[in-house]
Amino acid sequence: MSFPQPKPEIPQVPQHLLRTIDCQQGAVRAVRFNADGNYLLSCGSDKSLKLWSVSRGTLLKTYSGHGYEVLDADGSYDNSQLCSCSSDKTVILWDVATGQVTRKLRGSIDGTVRCWDTRSRKFDPIQILDEARDGISSLKVSEHELLTGSVDGRVRRYDLRMGQLHVDFINSPVTCVCFSADAQCTLTSSLDSTVRLLDKSTGEMLGEYTGHTMKGYKLDCCLSSKDTHILSCSEDGHVYCWDLVEGSLTLKLPVGKAVVQSLSFHPSETFLLTSMEGRVQVWGVEPEETEEDGDVVVVKKEKV
Amino acid sequence: NMASDNDSDEDFVSFGTPLEPLEEGNPLRKPVPVYEQTVKDEKGRYQRFHGAFTGGFSAGYFNTVGTKEGWTPSTFVSSRQQKAERQNARPEDFMDEEDLGEHGIAPREITTTAEFGPGRKDLIRDKARAISSLSAPIPGDTLLEDLVAPARTSIGVELLTKMGWKDGQGVGPRVKRRPGKLKADPSTRPLGPVLPPHGSEESQDEEEDEFVPENVTFAPKDVTPIDFTPKVDLHGLGYRGLNPLAALRGAPAAGHINLFTMDSDRSTSLFGEDKKGHKRRGGVSGQAFGVGAMEDDDDDIYHRDTMSNYDAVLGGEEPGDGLYGWTAPQQYSRKKKDHSKDAAYLGKIIEGFTLASEKTETKTVGIFPPPNLPRDFRPVHYFRPVVDMSNASSMVVQALQTSRGHMVQEGPSQGGRHQLDSAQRRELLGEATLQGRHASLWAACLLLTRFPLAEQQQMEALSVWSSPTAQAQTGQTFKPFEKTPHKQARYDHYIEKLKQGDRDALEASLDPCMTEWERGRERDEFVRAALLYKPSSSSLSGRFTRGKHDDSVDQDTVEVKRDQENDVDDKQAAVKMKMFGKLTRDTFEWHPDKLLCKRFNVPDPYPGSGFVGMPTVKRDKFSVFNFLTLDSTASTTASPAPQGNRQDRMYSTEGPVNSFDSQNMV
Repeated sequence: MSFPQPKPEIPQVPQHLLRTIDCQQGAVRAVRFNADGNYLLSCGSDKSLKLWSVSRGTLLKTYSGHGYEVLDADGSYDNSQLCSCSSDKTVILWDVATGQVTRKLRGSIDGTVRCWDTRSRKFDPIQILDEARDGISSLKVSEHELLTGSVDGRVRRYDLRMGQLHVDFINSPVTCVCFSADAQCTLTSSLDSTVRLLDKSTGEMLGEYTGHTMKGYKLDCCLSSKDTHILSCSEDGHVYCWDLVEGSLTLKLPVGKAVVQSLSFHPSETFLLTSMEGRVQVWGVEPEETEEDGDVVVVKKEKV
Repeated sequence: NMASDNDSDEDFVSFGTPLEPLEEGNPLRKPVPVYEQTVKDEKGRYQRFHGAFTGGFSAGYFNTVGTKEGWTPSTFVSSRQQKAERQNARPEDFMDEEDLGEHGIAPREITTTAEFGPGRKDLIRDKARAISSLSAPIPGDTLLEDLVAPARTSIGVELLTKMGWKDGQGVGPRVKRRPGKLKADPSTRPLGPVLPPHGSEESQDEEEDEFVPENVTFAPKDVTPIDFTPKVDLHGLGYRGLNPLAALRGAPAAGHINLFTMDSDRSTSLFGEDKKGHKRRGGVSGQAFGVGAMEDDDDDIYHRDTMSNYDAVLGGEEPGDGLYGWTAPQQYSRKKKDHSKDAAYLGKIIEGFTLASEKTETKTVGIFPPPNLPRDFRPVHYFRPVVDMSNASSMVVQALQTSRGHMVQEGPSQGGRHQLDSAQRRELLGEATLQGRHASLWAACLLLTRFPLAEQQQMEALSVWSSPTAQAQTGQTFKPFEKTPHKQARYDHYIEKLKQGDRDALEASLDPCMTEWERGRERDEFVRAALLYKPSSSSLSGRFTRGKHDDSVDQDTVEVKRDQENDVDDKQAAVKMKMFGKLTRDTFEWHPDKLLCKRFNVPDPYPGSGFVGMPTVKRDKFSVFNFLTLDSTASTTASPAPQGNRQDRMYSTEGPVNSFDSQNMV
């Protein structure tokens, strides 16, 4: 007996604002999901890093230790460590539970990528990748590759397995790079207000997404968890969401009036985090039934 | 009273005591009672038990030896004249007749003497000798005896030789044979010069008289035994299995026969050697006598008996036909030579042969069917035609050389699979085409060697350099071949000619002393240099000046990243045209650190490399690589004169660097 094929799901976009979190951190430079999507990291310009629960919107822990603005953060897959980088040219490894500084790594502003060994506590990095000729704006890591986007207009992919470096020329400073979920493509956003989807192996452009504004600020872009949509921040206060295959604009989320600085997509489900000024917004597919938080602003979906 | 044999009494020999002739009328004697039916020996003594039960046979005549008088020892006489001879006493000297009788300890029996015995080795005799040698003072003494064996001929050979037989002759009545026939036989070839047989009879008779007197007979030819057993096994020709004698010889030691030794090494001793071949030391040997406490090798000291040692049957197995030896009388059992079968046979029997009486079993393994021939197979081989290069045209020669003599159509490659290009191979295999600059560069290099520079480019060079702008530029001229002044001189000469509009500038400025290949390369280099470094009329050229200090003198070479990027302009153009892919992508070899690979849990792609990162190569500052750019779209826009360090060119950015102004956000 063969079961009928499940009906193909209509790809869903996170169009409903579920909650807004006022972080009290100054400006939120970056907002990130952790590895399993249950927690939220917000990096503030008040030198603090905060850990929140996504479902409740409650603050769990604050990590202080940086000397200047915290620019980006990430959590380990086992949720035991966090790492954050800051304008004070350091990278700090935090222990999640205790909030202690495990390690401090010395960074630099020299256009290099440095790989550190967290196990050995060596003072020096394992390897320095200095092929870029200008600052590195974005860095992503996959199982065997390093993807860097540089201001010199090139996206560099270091393949450790093959021992090769692939350089894709974009011709305009790259603000954000990321891998697709199926590891076949890379997404790059650049300061010519264009987001491009490139094929990883050949470097060919598979899609070009425009309409947003990205001319002066380093803003984030990402793919949805099932690689159905491309999302990008914009300087006009919106988050643009395009259909990956067709390239048409599916959704334009009205976040606010100021620049939407950062966004992050849930690793497996359809949830989106955005940050603008001092607040973080959580977006989902459907509005939640029970509203507990009074701060929630319910926004109707705008027609595109 | 054998009536029928009365007349042939003398032909019969009778043994044993005859029965008493039965006389009728005599009263029947009473049968001998049981108690009187006792066995008595010749001396009248009761023999109820043999010697083992009675404490041995009596040593003689009622406890004396042989005679009534007893055994008298020989007298020992020794005098000056008659020195005593060595009396070697044999045990038989001390035995009496009883001992030497049938049931004694040393029975005398009638056997064939060695002289009349068989010439071949007697297996049992050998074994007996072997066993006796165990107890000999020097163990394993048979070795010497084996080596030195008396050459003994059998009695039959001796008798034959006494009767005039020689080795190689046949046995039988002598034959009178012609010498001509004898000459044909290689075995009896006469040693002297052989005269050819003449046709005439007279001369033959004369020869006969010369060579051989009359009335001389010759021995018949010896019969060479032919083995008629058909070969039904799958062994090779002449295969002989293991020598059973060798197997028997080695059996007491261990079951193992070492086949990989020389023949002389194969003589194993009877004690059993251990692996090294050392014979057991010590005087005592036997089954349970092994090694002492002090000795090193202590394995395999116990005799391992196998049932195969007791697997011998005297007289062979019982015959399978169940007759137990019963044979019917000859007239009934033996079939006549049945030639009717021959007549019934439907084939053709070769003359002199007949059908076999027994059916030999042919193993089914031996018969194989013939191979299946393809339908169009013709058993004719075509040889490659010998090509006469001088007369035939080149096309024909080519075709003939590559042909195989068949009418089959060749595949896509004309020269077979070894003449394929890598691109063709790739196509055939269905692989993805190569990416990256290197492949194209290499392919282009190939093209460069194969196809000379097009005429068009030469004309282009000419047009460029003979234009008025070129004439105007007198000052800064780029010298691509500074290192080699001769070449530079030739290049300058070429440029001069170009400026003058000379069409044969290229050919005229080449050095005739160089080889053709060198000249070809120089030709190409000159044209490219001319095209690449054409005089520019833009203001940029005025902004650049030659450096005061010649850097090339101080550092001849510079460490440059081995893999260079393509021209940035091309890439920008490609991006503008949205042609991402090959034009915008560069691939370089990059070596990750070993520890980095470990942390990423990937295998190191370059395990043996000593460096990390991109490989660097020492390169001349102005190298030929500058000229071998293969993109024919030489930029028509003004390009700055390539002076100074090449690195500078790489680092020029196209637009102002954007700084991220995140400070002003809040």
